[in-house]
Order: sequence, then C-alpha cells, then structure tokens
Amino acid sequence: MTGSARTDWKPAASVATLRVRARILGRVRAFLDHQGALEVETPLLSHAAATDVHVQSLVTCYTGPGAAQGGKLYLHTSPEFPMKRLLAAGSGSIYQLCKVFRDGESGRLHNPEFTLLEWYQTGDDHHALMDRVAALLEHALDGLLALPPATKITYREAFLRHAGIDPFADPAALRDWATRRGLAPASAPEVLAADDVDGWRDLVLTHAVEPNLGRGRPVFVYDYPASQAALARVRAGTPPLAERFELYLEGVELANGYHELADTGELSRRFDSDLERRRARGLPAVARDEHLLAAMESGLPDCAGVAIGIDRLIMLATGAPDLGSVLAFPLERA
Amino acid sequence: MTTYSTNEFKQGLKVMLDNDPCSIIENEFVKPGKGQAFNRVRIRNLKTGRVIERTFKSGDTMEGADVVDTEMQYLYSDGEFWHFMNPESFEQIAADKNAVGDATKWLKEQDTCMVTLWNGVPLTVEPPHTVVLKIVETDPGVRGDTSGGGGKPATLDTGAVVRVPLFVQTGELIKVNTRTGEYISRAKE
Repeated sequence: MTGSARTDWKPAASVATLRVRARILGRVRAFLDHQGALEVETPLLSHAAATDVHVQSLVTCYTGPGAAQGGKLYLHTSPEFPMKRLLAAGSGSIYQLCKVFRDGESGRLHNPEFTLLEWYQTGDDHHALMDRVAALLEHALDGLLALPPATKITYREAFLRHAGIDPFADPAALRDWATRRGLAPASAPEVLAADDVDGWRDLVLTHAVEPNLGRGRPVFVYDYPASQAALARVRAGTPPLAERFELYLEGVELANGYHELADTGELSRRFDSDLERRRARGLPAVARDEHLLAAMESGLPDCAGVAIGIDRLIMLATGAPDLGSVLAFPLERA
Repeated sequence: MTTYSTNEFKQGLKVMLDNDPCSIIENEFVKPGKGQAFNRVRIRNLKTGRVIERTFKSGDTMEGADVVDTEMQYLYSDGEFWHFMNPESFEQIAADKNAVGDATKWLKEQDTCMVTLWNGVPLTVEPPHTVVLKIVETDPGVRGDTSGGGGKPATLDTGAVVRVPLFVQTGELIKVNTRTGEYISRAKE
C-alpha cells in the first residue's frame, strides 16, 4: 500500500454532499417523469464515436464471443446518438441520467468521467426547451439554492456586453483583442492559428465572457455562430445562426442544448467536415455513426435536446470549490 | 532540452518563457463543452520576480528550463562577486549582484543558503530563514526595559538595519528572521 492510499481510500465528497447528490438526482427524475419524459438507458460502449474535434473519446477493447481478435469500442462522450435512434423509433420525449467519458479533460470543472442528464423533448424548439430547463433547475435546486428567474442573452450580446467585442467580427479583431489583453504576445508563438476563428471566439469566451455569465441568476446564451452548430439546426440569415443554447450559473457552464438537426444530408456533411478537421489537426479518426444516419433517414421527430452537467449543478448547490469535491472518488482516487 | 506539454504543467515546473527561466505558480484547465481547451497559467519570471498570466492551447508545449535549487555554503565576497561552495562536491561558484540581490544584507560566512542555478549559473540566492548576526551599532538603551515594545534601530555586521528592543546592546549577537527582517531574540555564538 502506498502512503497516499492510507488516506485516499476515503471519499473526496462529504456524506452531506452525497445526500445533496441523491436529492438532486431524485428531484430531476421526479420533474422529468412529471413532464411525461421516459427514462431510458443506452449503451456506454459504442462502435461509433463523437466526431466533434473538441470532444475526445476514451477507447477500450472487447475480446470474447463475436470478437475473437478483440474489437475497438468507444466509451460514449454523450448518449446523444443512441437516444436519437430511440426518438426516430417513436419513443416520444426521453431522458437519461448516466456517466459519460471525455479524454483529455481534467481540472477544477472537469473530470474525465462525469454525470450527465441528456433530455429530448419532442415538439420543442430551443426556446421552449430553455423555459423547461429553467423550471427543471428551479425544481432541482428547491430547498438548496434560491435563485431569481433565468434570463436570456444572445451569444453576440454576451460578447459585446462582457468583452466589448463582436464575435462575428473578422478573426484578426478577435486576435487583436487577445493581444491587447496580453494573452497572445507577439514575442511568443501564437496561441492559435490566425484563421481559427472559433478558437479565438473560445479564447474570448473563456477568458472574458464566461466568468461574468449567470452571476446571481441563471442565464441562457443562445443563437451561436453557425460554425459552432454541432448538431443544432442552423437558421438562415446574416449571419446564419445555430439554434443552440447554453445555460450558465456563477460563471459555470451547466447545459448545452439544440433545436435538433433532422436533415440527414446535412448531418452527413457535418460528420465528414468534422472528420476532415480531425485529419488536419492530427486527431484520431473515428467511425461515423451509420446507425444514427439511418435513423435520421427514417425520420427524427421535431425536437429539442439538452445535456446538463449534474456534478457541476451539485457543486453550485453545495458551494463546493471544485468538481472533485462533489464526486465520491474523482480521478486521482478512482 | 526537455519540452513539457500542457498536460505536464503543474505548480513549480520550471520552463522558458520569452527567453527567461520561469516557474509555474498556477495552472487552470478551461474548456467550453463544445470548444477549444486552454491552459491559463500564472507564471513567475525567476529573473525579475514578476508574475504574469499566459494562456496556452491545450496540447501545446513549453521548453523546460534547467533550473535547480542547491544548498550551498556562503564563503566570502570580493566586492564584485559572492562566492559559494557546494558542501558535497566542494565545487565553488560566484554569484553577481543581480543574483544575490537583497540577500547580501543577511549573508554571513559559513551559512547555508539556497542558490538557484540556471544552466549552472546562479540566478537567485535565498538566505537561511533565520540568521545570527552581531550588532555593530545601536543607541545605548534604557536598562531594565524588557518589554520589547518600542525598540530602536540597530546596524548589524552585514550592514542590515533591524529594529531591536531597547535592552539589546552593541556587540551582542541577535537572531533575525530574514523573510520579515524582524528581530527574534538574543543569541549565543
């Protein structure tokens, strides 16, 4: 036994915090059951993986009947794909509370495995779902944290208000902003490639916008750049905007939601574009989820979906300083 | 030279930034759920002592700095350089005024100091936490005052000036905290 094992066998979270976790999970389930959403379970192991360049899958290997030589399986980064297959099969509104896994993510607000609520509400667009998420938040935190009603702000307004810069400006303007802030000094290698417009937006977002979001009251940020649509619908316009939202509380990103893309051709193009960007960045290639494409082809009902970080919610509800403090056993004690 | 990726960043890691050796004070991983990951780093320039903030794209690397802390015995000063000896290898090195900085006023021959070497050259010198020095000049105090309150300035044999209680006299040895520059007690040789 190593020296640290003598103390590190103990949970990082207090028993009181574990009680808050159980209470929140219970209240989330009660709320969603009342909404008429069906609780489902989908596999944590998958033959296909998320293509998103900023989401890396952990990989494992199954050897046994049906895979004598061993077959690669991905630990899911989100249950989005199989849940959309259930929606296409006529499940109606569904939700899932499960662990998801992300390679490369560890820090004050990150643990490589974490608890996610994934929820799809049929017939909703992103605005209707934002209203439901606000109600869910209020219900989940009842008796723990009293909050004023949530507000909404567009992605563009959030940048203008908190960083004084238009996120749809030329990337050079975003870069200059970072240089003025001393984040990208001329003497050092560039933080990001000059034409990585979404990278520069993320730099401004994480350094100047996010820390100010949701102070004292929850806030939804919506209408993202089309290049950050992921699997959200894009609304035509100048500029075109992704019908996507995020929920913030006390500077912490709690949820990410979409008015879900239902166009198979567009989904296929986004997968391929992601895979091309993965190649360009030297990231591992992943298998496209052909099951999802086939399910979309058969018809995904009009719906909106959201993923909510349950551990972060517990962190805010208990006033814990970091995610590790609300997990029984964070990575270093796992 | 070693390079370190952001995944290896941690407090105390010595790296090169803008051609100067630096030490990482704090490393924060930030990442939007669907966006670019960054490491926000607070870093101290070991030459100037200045603390700055820098951001790196996660996965980027920094060149390591060959910085080592070595316990060395202070030998003497020739006016231009301060000479130290490694008590194990008996190797001697000379530190210039920039490296010694404010430590000069606490350096007493034979005392063990922490010398930070960058590529084998002294970068900074840290005196022991406490040193025993002799008072070479102070006003005669009032006999019988043992309260320690008030006090008076005293010049020590290294040139440092500290406040001492009134009852402490010229010629006496005193123990001083080098971090705060405060008198602790009288001392014996």
